[in-house]
Amino acid sequence: MTISPERRRFLSQAASLAAGVTIAPGVTLYGVAEAKPDNMAVTEKVRWGMLVDTNKCSDGCNDCVTACNDENGLKGHGRPQTDAQWIRKVNLKDPRTGVKKTLPVMCQHCSEPPCVDVCPTGASFKRKDGIVLVNKHTCIGCRYCMLACPYKARSFIHETLTDQKPDVPRGKGTVESCTFCVHRVDNDLQPACVEACSKTNKALIFGDMNDPNSKLSRALEKYPTGRIRADLGTDPGVRYKGL
Amino acid sequence: MKSFTYSELNTTGIPYYGILAVLGIIASIGLVSAWHMEHSGHYVTGMTNQVVWGLPHVFAVFLIVSASGALNVASIGSVFGRLAYKPLARLSGLLAIALLVGGLSVLLLDLGRPDRLIVAMTHYNFKSIFAWNIFLYTGFIAIAAIYLWTLMDRSIKSLSFYAGIAMFIWRLALTTGTGLIFGFLVAREAYDAALLAPLFIAMSFAFGLAIFILVLIGISAADNRPLGNYIVQRMGNLMVIFIASNLYFITIQHLTGLYAAEHTEFETFLLTSGSIYTWQFWIVQIGMGCFLPLIILMRPQKSLSRSSVIVSSVLVIIGGLAQLYVIIIGGQAYPLILFPGMIEESSFFDGVINNYVPSFPELGLGIGGIAISAILVVIGTKILRFLPVSLADSEMDPNNKPLETEPTK
Repeated sequence: MTISPERRRFLSQAASLAAGVTIAPGVTLYGVAEAKPDNMAVTEKVRWGMLVDTNKCSDGCNDCVTACNDENGLKGHGRPQTDAQWIRKVNLKDPRTGVKKTLPVMCQHCSEPPCVDVCPTGASFKRKDGIVLVNKHTCIGCRYCMLACPYKARSFIHETLTDQKPDVPRGKGTVESCTFCVHRVDNDLQPACVEACSKTNKALIFGDMNDPNSKLSRALEKYPTGRIRADLGTDPGVRYKGL
Repeated sequence: MKSFTYSELNTTGIPYYGILAVLGIIASIGLVSAWHMEHSGHYVTGMTNQVVWGLPHVFAVFLIVSASGALNVASIGSVFGRLAYKPLARLSGLLAIALLVGGLSVLLLDLGRPDRLIVAMTHYNFKSIFAWNIFLYTGFIAIAAIYLWTLMDRSIKSLSFYAGIAMFIWRLALTTGTGLIFGFLVAREAYDAALLAPLFIAMSFAFGLAIFILVLIGISAADNRPLGNYIVQRMGNLMVIFIASNLYFITIQHLTGLYAAEHTEFETFLLTSGSIYTWQFWIVQIGMGCFLPLIILMRPQKSLSRSSVIVSSVLVIIGGLAQLYVIIIGGQAYPLILFPGMIEESSFFDGVINNYVPSFPELGLGIGGIAISAILVVIGTKILRFLPVSLADSEMDPNNKPLETEPTK
């Protein structure tokens, strides 16, 4: 019996497709396949989010913070009260039981962000894919968003900056916060903190909350998670497991 | 109705320009302070990522709130028909505009990017109470100017009643908007309360009247204009009501906080912790700013003396600055609670009472704003007829004699 070349090609393509459909969801756990192509505008079909597994986040580990500072060019000036911090490790202790937790806190990329509501010029804005950013050209430095943010996620630039990273424009007299490493996400990469954590504790998962097959969505479905100040109804894009 | 004659400031020459020069130097200190803050960055101030609004905002909000209060004197005459206040309406309108401009100058010069004023004027986010306030402030100046026009141009004098009503409504909206800048901060223990809107209105009545009284007495004395005790006593008696209103809303504000378990810790911090804010609240805001002037103004005496009214006004202003310091800086000093019920600790000062030490540039900027307001009044009264030639009791008092007893008793 002979098989025609067309039939052979069809069968091999069908087999590849079947294998692909079977394997792909697993593969996408490790990639950021949801990222948009360069020539496409951001879309609300995607909502970027993050899961922090506080059970895996270890006391004393500061890798996410270090990676963020390196990636975004944040350098201290020896003035802790005015130095910018986009992500910080917060240590918690239950005063009754003595139980301790440690976890990273950064911009929670809310779907109802108070910082965006209060910004007089609209410089604080939310992209369609859920990433909350500050337009460095229209921020007038009033700091009202810093007062409004329930997560203390924002910093004001208190001094002249030098040696900035080309991908991360910053400027004296404006407000800034975690961008979810938007410049990396738009290029199919994970945020720097997630990448750093994946080498050690694997406490951070980043992905598309709207994609039911993303590793993030499946983890969110599987485990009960909490939100910081859920009572405020800001619907944060960052969820915490074990909180 | 009795008609009053108005005139420009009589003071000329060295005394006049001397005052302008002194005020100019103070305003220049403010501008240099602002330049220093913008050039070096805000790290040279006491403001931080924890206490993001500092002394400049205390001065700015004080001046803005006082602006609408200063206008109240005109409203009492134009809207509520109290004849004794009508001759004061022009100065009231001018002072209101001057105080607002002074306050806005401080607010603007404290921005991280004051050079982007044009951005603030061309990009609006209409969900932001801050953006609404930009309209409320500019509208206030425009309506106050129109109101002054109706007062000073005899051909449209009949419109002054309607302009006065528009002005009264607008000033209430303005102070509401200013209070809600804080009231809409839902995440902050110290704010998140609609009550801040009427509280700010009550504050504006007291602070604005206190400033108006001092300006009126000061200009009358410096410019040798007769000012009888009748109108001063009436304003002193009015002050009693305004201080009491402020005290009422302060009481409700903190009772509400003490009642709700989620706010109790903040109230405990503010009212009993022994911090600088506790002392400012009890000693300066409540003691010096409310009770002491009430005692001075209401104590049994044959007639309310001018010095009592002056001292009370000064005390109300000092108490008012303390009140705004407690609201603005005390409210930020208390940490933002991310995890209620847990002890928080981080490198970003989570869970600790935030430190704030005001700096000289901030003080310079704030005082500079006051000087800008004063310059506008000094120049305004010089070039236009804002001041009645005489406010002597013979002109003002229907009985043509000073009040023998206090109406408040």
